[in-house]
This record gives sequence, C-alpha cells and structure tokens, in this order.
Amino acid sequence: MTVDRTRRKRFLGIAAFLAAFAVVWEGVKWVAGDPWRLTGIGYEHHPPFRIIQFSDRHLPHLWDIAAAFVKPFQRNADYSLGRYLLDQALYTWQEAIIGFVAGAIIGIILASVFVHSGILERAFVPYVVASQTIPIVALAPLIVVSFGSGLTSVVIIATYLTFFPVTIAVMRGLRSPDPRAVELMRSFAASRWDIYRKVRLPASVPYLFSALKIAAAASVVGTIIGEGPGGVPHGLGRAILTFNQQYITGPEKLWATILVAASVGIAFFVLVRVAEVLTMRRRGIALP
Amino acid sequence: MSRETTGTAVTATSSPEQRSPKIAVDLRAVEMRFELPGGGTTVALQDIDLRIGAGEFVSIIGPSGCGKSTLLRIVGDLIRPTSGTVEVNGKGAHQARLDRDYGMVFQAPVLFDWRTVAANVRLPLEILGLDQRERERRVAEMLELVELSGFLNHYPYQLSGGMQQRVAIARALSLQPALLLMDEPFGALDEMTRERLNAEVLRIWRQTGTTVIFVTHSIPEAVFLSTRVAVMSPRPGRIIDVVEVDLPQPRNESTRESERYFELVTDVRESLRGRRQRASNERLKTEGPAG
Repeated sequence: MTVDRTRRKRFLGIAAFLAAFAVVWEGVKWVAGDPWRLTGIGYEHHPPFRIIQFSDRHLPHLWDIAAAFVKPFQRNADYSLGRYLLDQALYTWQEAIIGFVAGAIIGIILASVFVHSGILERAFVPYVVASQTIPIVALAPLIVVSFGSGLTSVVIIATYLTFFPVTIAVMRGLRSPDPRAVELMRSFAASRWDIYRKVRLPASVPYLFSALKIAAAASVVGTIIGEGPGGVPHGLGRAILTFNQQYITGPEKLWATILVAASVGIAFFVLVRVAEVLTMRRRGIALP
Repeated sequence: MSRETTGTAVTATSSPEQRSPKIAVDLRAVEMRFELPGGGTTVALQDIDLRIGAGEFVSIIGPSGCGKSTLLRIVGDLIRPTSGTVEVNGKGAHQARLDRDYGMVFQAPVLFDWRTVAANVRLPLEILGLDQRERERRVAEMLELVELSGFLNHYPYQLSGGMQQRVAIARALSLQPALLLMDEPFGALDEMTRERLNAEVLRIWRQTGTTVIFVTHSIPEAVFLSTRVAVMSPRPGRIIDVVEVDLPQPRNESTRESERYFELVTDVRESLRGRRQRASNERLKTEGPAG
C-alpha cells in the first residue's frame, strides 16, 4: 500500500516537474518571444519584450516541436520525422547496447584482475583513470582513423565511456565483503577462485548496478558523439548533425531529435534500474 | 568428564580411527606478536600452553583485548603464530584446515544475503564438491539439528538475529567438523535468546560429539556450557587459570540454579581478578583432561 503511494507520489512529482518546465518555457516566450499567431483558434499575442534567445528560431513553441514529429522529416519525404527518429534511435540504441555490454565485461574483468593483483593495480589503475581525462571529442577522430569509419569505431567509443565507471565500482564491490566472510571461506579451505565467485562477485552486484546505470546513459552519449566522426549513415548522432545544418529552416527538428536522444538514455537507464530492483528484491533490499 | 558420544552422534564424520587421538588440540608455547604501525611490536599472546581432549567443550574467557579471538584464529589457521606449535587432531593446524576439520561461527552470523537459508548452509558443501543429492540431504539434516527445517527457502533478512545465528551454526556443522570454533557467537543477542541458544548448543554438542572451543566474555555462559574454562589475563594474553567445570551432564535450566554452578561462577570471576588459588588447576592446564 505504501509502495503504491510512493510510486504515485513519484509519478505526480515527475508530472508536476514537466508541467512546471513547460510553463516556464512558454512563459518566457509569452513575455519576450516572437508574436504568437495561433491561426487555428485565431489567437494573437504580442509579447511586451524581445529577447533573441526566446525567439521561435532559438526556442520553438512546444507544440511546434510536437507537431514536427508527425510532419514529413524532409520536404517530399514519405514518412514522418517521428518515424525517422524512431528508426535512428533504435539504431543508436543497438550500438549503445553493444558498447555497454562490452564495456561492462571489460570493466568486470579489469576490476577482478586489479583486486587480485596489487602490482597490476598499482601499475595500471592510474592509466585507467587518465584515460577518462582525455575528452572523447579529441579521441573519437583518432579511433575512427585507426578502426575505419563505421559501426566498430562507434562501439569502441561507447565501450570506452562505459568501462570506467564499471571498473571503479566493481573494484569496490569485490572488496566489500566482511573480512569475516573471507575468513569463513578460508576455514572451509576455499580457494581464491571459490572466494571470488561465491563471495566477492555476488557481493559486488549492488555496486555493479550503480555503475551500470551511469554506464547506460554514458554509452548512449558516447554512441551519439561517435556517430559524427564515425561516419555511420544512421543514428541519432547523424540526425543531430543533419538537423544542425538545417536549423535555420526547421529548428524544431533538432529539438525533437534532442528529445528523442534524451528519451533513449532515460529508457536505457530505466531498464537497468528495473533489473536492479528485481535483483535486489531477492536479497530483501527494497530500493527507494 | 569424557562422554559417550558414539551412540548418540547423528553426524559421525570421522571414522573411529580418525577420532581415536584423544588430544584434539595441542597448543605449545604459542606466542603472537603484532607489528605496530609506528614501529615496534606488541605482544598479544604469550606462553599459551593448552591441550584439549576430543569431545571437550572448552571456553576461553578474558577481558576484551586479551587476545582470545586471536587465539581462536591461530587454532583455526586463519593467522600464524609468531612462535610455538599448534596441532589439531595430531597434525598441523594448516593441514587440519585443508582437511576441513574446522567449523567457524563468529559474533555476527555472516550469512550471504543473496543466498537462501538452505543455500547458505550448502555453501561449504559446494566448496567440498559433494554431489547434489548428498548436499541436499546434509543441508536438511543440519537445519533439522538447529530446528530450522521450515525455513529452507527463507532469505536471511526474513529471520531474527537468533535464527540467523542458528543458520550460521548449521553452516559451520555442515562439513561435520571435528572441531567447532565459536567466537562470541551469542555476544550480540539478548539475554533470553542467548540462554536458549546456550541450551541448543549443548544439545548439538551432545548429538554431534564435536570438540568445541568457545570464546566468550560472559562468565555464566562459560560455566554453563563448558567442561573446562580457560581464563586469560589482559594483554599480553596468557592463560592464567583453567577451571574444571564438574557440573553433571546433561545440563539444563536447573543447572543454572544449582549451588555448584554459583561456586564455579565465583571461581571463574576470582580467576579473572587474579585472586584464585591456581595450584589445583596447574595440572589440567598442561596435561589435558584426565581420562
């Protein structure tokens, strides 16, 4: 009962936030945007001020963005922008999932190696950290030069952004068991391998999920960034570049694309979150 | 003091030949020094000589920080002493651990929250590599022993603290160890639960015939459970006295009200204060139990 109430509360919270967001968005346009001409209902309004950032070109009306989804995505195209973006989103998501899975596996392997070898940890962890200080926009072209344009490069970039949070979190998770749990295992004459797979690995799962949630969002961002220099003809990254060039004639298309890109990231996050809740419920841990 | 165990043992691990050495634990001149972070060393244990006969129930009692848990870990080969020898069932402690002669119970149950009660008890058997049928059989037997048969598929969070500790005991016994090492297992429980589990541990001890070393800082608990109580001094920890507990078996709630029980509690208390005549127990300390 209380769970239902919290859930409803959370849902109402999200709805209230979105409503407030829409009110502010349209509010600033009402005060300082371009003149409103809603021909359908014959409404006209001339804002008292003019601020260029709130003009229709820079900040389109929300209903114009919504309407863009059902309009043809190019002049004379036989399918809508919504349909086009959905296709690109699914393509991008596919790439992101490959990068996400590869990054998670690499992260778990690296963490497992580092936790069992102090020498390797000291030798390589600084480089793992350093790798994340290089801006991905600088690195992406280099990866494309090495691996050629196409899916491979995009996935490598997504992997690159994913493995880091997983490595760091799983290292912590593998070290999280109570020292007595390890003593207990030793009293059964358990090997290091037994301790790893029966105690350390299961104990690291909550930490893994925290990292996977970050990784889910990061892998989508990485994929979108990678699609530009990666030269793949599909995907949201490609769509963003295209609509960026066409911004003057159709600003709402870019806004619609941003909305879809954010939705992909959120959907991926939610998917991981659902897996987390189901896993942790079995351990008697109810997540907030 | 020696008990007839073969008849009642439901979990006869070891064949009679393995059981035959009368000394289960033999500690000679054990000393433990720790390096201090700032340099120098501290002596945690000194001149520990103790022999424990097979089937005995020996409590180790002492003020906190006296090294009683350290001593238990040395017996269990979780740490190596700086000097001295530790023999368990006639072999080195390390070999005894590899032979899975130990069951360990800590103050916290240390159950794995991703495993059910049955799966927690099964863990040592998975490591041992028993086949599934034998595993399930033994898990059922162990849970019956601690009277938790109805909780096979519960998760640890669904159990009370006392029940969790009973699962930990079942897990420790699942390998049918010759030696059960218990480190303040009931220290975190309320008094009533503690007394009930004391009685339960005695029952399990009678049924399994395993040797028990029990670390505690509760004098009544030590006297009620043990055949002998080893009293330790503050750091550097030494065994300053061994009190023989001649209360009749099987013990029950009326034992706690007997006159002899109170006398023995007083004996242990005075030993802890360093005031008891030690001569009478000197023999037990070095020679082990009579008979």
